[in-house]
Amino acid sequence: MAITVRNLTKFYGQEKAINNISFDVKTGEILGFLGPNGAGKTTTMKIITCFMPPSSGTVDVDGCSIADHSIEVRRKIGYLPEMNPLYLDMNVMEYLEYAARLHGLDTARMRQQLGQMIEVCGLKEVRHKDIGEMSKGYRQRVGLAQAMIHDPDVLILDEPTSGLDPNQIVEIRNLIKQLGRAKTVVLSTHILSEVQATCDRVIIVNEGSIVADGTPTELQQKFHSSESVSLELKAAVPNAMTDIFPKIKALPGVESVEYGAADGDVHRFSVFSAHGVDIREALFQQAVSEKWVLLEMSQKATSLEEVFHKLTQA
Amino acid sequence: MSSTIALKRNKLSGSWMNVRTIFRREVQSYFNSAIAYVVIVVFLAIIGWFHTNNLFLANMATLRLMFEMVPAIFLFVIPAITMRLLSEEKKSGTIELLTTKPLHDVEIILGKFLAAWALIGIALLLTLVYYMTIALLGKIDNGPVIGGYCGLMLMAGVYVAIGLFASSLTENQVIAFIIGFVFVFALFMLDKILIYVPESLTSIVEFLGIDYHFANITRGVIDSRDIIYFLSLLGFMLYLTVLSLGRRKW
Repeated sequence: MAITVRNLTKFYGQEKAINNISFDVKTGEILGFLGPNGAGKTTTMKIITCFMPPSSGTVDVDGCSIADHSIEVRRKIGYLPEMNPLYLDMNVMEYLEYAARLHGLDTARMRQQLGQMIEVCGLKEVRHKDIGEMSKGYRQRVGLAQAMIHDPDVLILDEPTSGLDPNQIVEIRNLIKQLGRAKTVVLSTHILSEVQATCDRVIIVNEGSIVADGTPTELQQKFHSSESVSLELKAAVPNAMTDIFPKIKALPGVESVEYGAADGDVHRFSVFSAHGVDIREALFQQAVSEKWVLLEMSQKATSLEEVFHKLTQA
Repeated sequence: MSSTIALKRNKLSGSWMNVRTIFRREVQSYFNSAIAYVVIVVFLAIIGWFHTNNLFLANMATLRLMFEMVPAIFLFVIPAITMRLLSEEKKSGTIELLTTKPLHDVEIILGKFLAAWALIGIALLLTLVYYMTIALLGKIDNGPVIGGYCGLMLMAGVYVAIGLFASSLTENQVIAFIIGFVFVFALFMLDKILIYVPESLTSIVEFLGIDYHFANITRGVIDSRDIIYFLSLLGFMLYLTVLSLGRRKW
């Protein structure tokens, strides 16, 4: 159940919310849609789910176009909108039954799916409780259960973990992973660890355009412009800036050095080198020959977070 | 050939299933919240008060008084029961859930329309108690009674469609109520302001006024022109509502 998005553009009045976006989601993939607020994630999802049409461009879900076969597309998709809107006056069973009926499930199939969703989403104890009285974590589970009630092949989840506490986030994330095993999932988020924890692939959007597309590891490597080593050493020298700094800077492979802080005889540095160059050995040899005591040396990989900042900050 | 017919029938019954699902949900919601009970009690209380007050004064076995008064009660009761139908879904965002389910906008509109109409139907059904008391007291002419109820239902249908349209315009229920009220009030007043209307226009304005057609039907005269007036107005308002709900698409 693949999704094909081609040259999607959406205007809200004069304002361009998304600008010529194209991407594919392969069957069975969990795609993370990453971007700052207002980047166009929600707009893209609203178009894919047939809530509103694009200004131009096309979306195909499993070969069905959203323009010509809207109803079929909606049948294939389970959707959890942003902010997880729910009917607060209904209880869990009533609500899930309503959702199942709207998807055209017959009574036998509905019973079966209802039982399964209650089970999988852990809603057994609260199934007769009004949704309005439930905690945010439970409501999120109800939202997910609702999205999955007709066993869709595609799941579109708009910020499924926003507003939850850390324990609930882990719970919901595991639930998504578990449910998404046999499905094509697109989820949007602005939490980076979420993407790293759940997604096979990441698309980073900013100001309506795609700025990066790849697996989390790929992106880290691709936008890895430099390696950095943080260094802490002890040396009884009168002035670190003149006695240590130039010696490190002169090492082969070192591009720049930042002097961090000093605490008595302990000095901290950040040493940068070109991408792919490991300077730790040279640093160690230098320290030995100068009789500096090496207290700490660690190489930092660029995190997805840095990639994100780099790509989305003007 | 036969398979296409079967498919069509399937599609059609699917559509009605969707309308029914929405309808049931809305009726349930009326009765789960206090709305249904408040409406019914207010309705019966007001009618009961005026009905019994004037019954012996007029000393006639007729429901004419009731049929004169109910349209005025409709003016504020119907916008009140329709105001939340779409605006609440817009405000809470559930409209997004509803419109991304595999059903057509018109099915949503029809389901909600029928639910509000049915609530009025239930309230009217309960007024049969007054009919029965009168029928016990004297000989009642059934023609105008049947005409009156038909007229009230048709009028309610038009008002519900207008209220639903008002509800589709805004996410604020109070605004939806006010818009709905102004619309139905204007329609109600049209044939009462004829003296202010240029003579060349009076017949048109009179024809547009809802009370004129209602009065025809309550007399027990079922004229196709009146029926067509109600049904076309009702259909037109529902059509506008479908357009308004689909407006997110542009």
